[in-house]
Amino acid sequence: MSYRLGVDVGGTNTDAVIVSPDGSVVAKVKRPVTDDVVTSIRIAVREVLSASGRSASDITHAMLGTTQVTNAIIERRNLNRVGVVRIGAPATLAIPPLTSWPDDLRRAVDQESLVVRGGFEFDGREIAALDLHAVADFVDRVRADISVLAVSSVFSPVNADHELAVLDLVGTRWPDLPVSLSSEIGSIGLLERENATVLNAAVTNVARRAASAFRDAVEQAGVHAELFLTQNDGTLMTLDYAMRYPILTVACGLTNSMRGAAYLSGVTEAVVIDVGGTSTDVGVIRNGFPRESSMAVEVGGVRTNFRMPDLISLGLGGGSLVKGDPSSVSVGPRSLGHRLVLEGRSFGGGTLTFTDVANAVGAARIGTHRPEVDTDLAQRAYARGIAMVEESIDRIKTSAQDVPLVAVGGGSALLPDRLEGVTQVRRPEHYDVANAIGAAIAKVSGRTDRVYALEGRQREDVLAEAQTLAEAEAVRAGADPDRLEVVQVEEIPLAYMPGNATRVRVVVVGPLAAPKPTLG
Amino acid sequence: MRTINHDDLAALTIGATVLGTGGGGDPYIGRLMAEAAVAAHGPITMLAVDELPQEGLVIPAAMIGAPTVIVEKIPNGSEMRKALAALERLLDRKTVAIMSIEAGGLNSIVPLALAAELGLPLVDADSMGRAFPEVQMTSFTIHGVSATPMVLVDDKGNSVTIETINNKWTEALARVATVQMGGSALAAPYPVTTAQVRQAAIRGTMSLAIEIGHIVGTPGQGADERIRRLLERMRGAVLFRGKIRDVLRRTTGGFTRGTATMEGHGPDSGSILRVEFQNENLLAVRDGRPVAMVPDLISVLDQETIRPITTESLTYGQRVVVVTTPCHEVWRTPRGLEIAGPRYFGYEFDYVPFQEGGVA
Repeated sequence: MSYRLGVDVGGTNTDAVIVSPDGSVVAKVKRPVTDDVVTSIRIAVREVLSASGRSASDITHAMLGTTQVTNAIIERRNLNRVGVVRIGAPATLAIPPLTSWPDDLRRAVDQESLVVRGGFEFDGREIAALDLHAVADFVDRVRADISVLAVSSVFSPVNADHELAVLDLVGTRWPDLPVSLSSEIGSIGLLERENATVLNAAVTNVARRAASAFRDAVEQAGVHAELFLTQNDGTLMTLDYAMRYPILTVACGLTNSMRGAAYLSGVTEAVVIDVGGTSTDVGVIRNGFPRESSMAVEVGGVRTNFRMPDLISLGLGGGSLVKGDPSSVSVGPRSLGHRLVLEGRSFGGGTLTFTDVANAVGAARIGTHRPEVDTDLAQRAYARGIAMVEESIDRIKTSAQDVPLVAVGGGSALLPDRLEGVTQVRRPEHYDVANAIGAAIAKVSGRTDRVYALEGRQREDVLAEAQTLAEAEAVRAGADPDRLEVVQVEEIPLAYMPGNATRVRVVVVGPLAAPKPTLG
Repeated sequence: MRTINHDDLAALTIGATVLGTGGGGDPYIGRLMAEAAVAAHGPITMLAVDELPQEGLVIPAAMIGAPTVIVEKIPNGSEMRKALAALERLLDRKTVAIMSIEAGGLNSIVPLALAAELGLPLVDADSMGRAFPEVQMTSFTIHGVSATPMVLVDDKGNSVTIETINNKWTEALARVATVQMGGSALAAPYPVTTAQVRQAAIRGTMSLAIEIGHIVGTPGQGADERIRRLLERMRGAVLFRGKIRDVLRRTTGGFTRGTATMEGHGPDSGSILRVEFQNENLLAVRDGRPVAMVPDLISVLDQETIRPITTESLTYGQRVVVVTTPCHEVWRTPRGLEIAGPRYFGYEFDYVPFQEGGVA
């Protein structure tokens, strides 16, 4: 039997689900996150297993979505000391690595940096020959002070040879020094890609601890499964792969919830709304995957350019404070958060929240008490909150047509059945653990994002080459090579450039390869 | 005379994006370079045109190239210094001030790094009053000032001196050299005298950009109040308030052209505004009638934050205020319209200046 275990570690709860071979949810649990995280994973895994009635040996795959890496960056905790090598001199010297970083984060990463000769032009010519001696001297000098190396190179998304040469050098001379390469992490935009690469290097230890805690927790429950982490685009990484690219997990919680929503509702094109206690996230699924943002995304105050779901976050949730009188009512962004169940009027407390006005207008039935609320105030406050939701839905849509909406998250019960711009509000079963389900059902992806000179080449050849690279990446990440599917092909011609220089992005996804049969 | 400090650089970045009218390149890299130079060498002195010495050489500096290359291959940092030194050698004169060739986009702020580094004053002026896509589209060209000798320097230290028979040739040859240099380069074009600056430059545009940035960036003030102050300062008008219903883009001749269609609300309920762009916003058409067109400025702002939205980030659903500002009068002359009027950008009609209630 091939059952899947999905675990999501969020800010408040650790959720776990078990999904059967036919894709149905067999069991689910929700437990408060413990300080060490691992204890709550262990408890959740053990309880969900026992609730499922399955034996531990039925679980063949276990997937974890976790915010541990994100939190380490935001809180500047347990970060590795990073040596930064940028290949690109004499270009790029005008803006040294980590220039725009917040001081406290730069101190926490405590980097030594070097800019060496090398790198490529957009058309593949060398800016300069790579100065490997300078790299060797640098690593020699700083080896005792750093625990990981981050390497970026100009136009490495077009040609990664110089980054790979540094990887070879380090692998030969300092085999125990982990290396993060920018060409494997980000796309065009040197500073943003370099920032992402340094962050990736800085969370090496945090990611190792999170992975080994997950492995221990699963094994202690008697489960011997293949283990995966989920990444921002809603697909899976093997633990080995995740150890090399831990930064790709930074927004996985939001993505998992959107993927889970798509899966549970059976729609692949929809707007998804995830309503929590303090905030609401609104995103779009297309082809069953979250639409990606095209804007620069800040992580912990640092500008990066990696793949993140395109989301609108609202300061509106079940615990949002309602203030003012009927003539000028405000809802949020301050919230009772998890204290809703102690202080909210619907739970016998004295504080007026969005949950209370939703109850008062008859839109929801949540809590233990019937709150006393002025009818006019309740109606206006509820209408205000719903107007915020409707505007966000309208902003995130890509066309004027009405779209289906899938509502998940604990607070989604507060939404009405009809919303403007929406054909239908769907509330799938198990909406409260959509994120853990999103982890459990995740597929594997591979992608390319490079600039090609199309002149003198057949466009089809270029696209085929890009697709081959993306497929190889997907297979490396654990996909079944026979069941890959191209989900995105994008060609963006570069303005002011001759030779038809074009940026090509290809994304392929596939289901996990079946566990390998053992011979003999 | 005034000084430009770190806060002014952040404001200039925002103001330059408003004056960039949707294009002009992301000023982010220029801002980082200028901030580093100000941190190392102290604040920049900015002189009004009238405060320039009677005699002397003024050198504009600009970055030329493809936006995608500019965000990937950051400059070396010495290019502008080298270009300026080469021009000084060629002309056998010393520079008295640095200038921005365009007040919109990346090139508004790029020369500030050079001014800070060399301790030279910046002129409170530019030669476009906005952003334009080509080197010859300047008030200098209109006044018959040559763009050359112009020096281009790349990150590797190569330099090219260009001397051409007119400024359109400068654009053509500079583009070819830039591609060979790897798609981006720093340029010192239009070496001008202070007298030519007094005659031909568009005055006060750098302080305008900084003030716009401070108005847009002031938190705590309502959107309507900030728009009112912005328009008062720019002598502009609101064209339309509405929501983007559709954005279409297509690539022709190496440029991205496109159209954003907006549905009105509030006083504009029931109306449709179409904004056409090629790098920059070129034309605004309300219910089938043109209401504003290049070379007047057309800027699309986010209704809540008042932040300018560039043409590449226009998307469905954005709540926007479209504003227009009259271009400098030099663009409304026959020569100005020949260089940057609607016909230059492929439209089959003559320029009509913006008027309240629609044009023509």
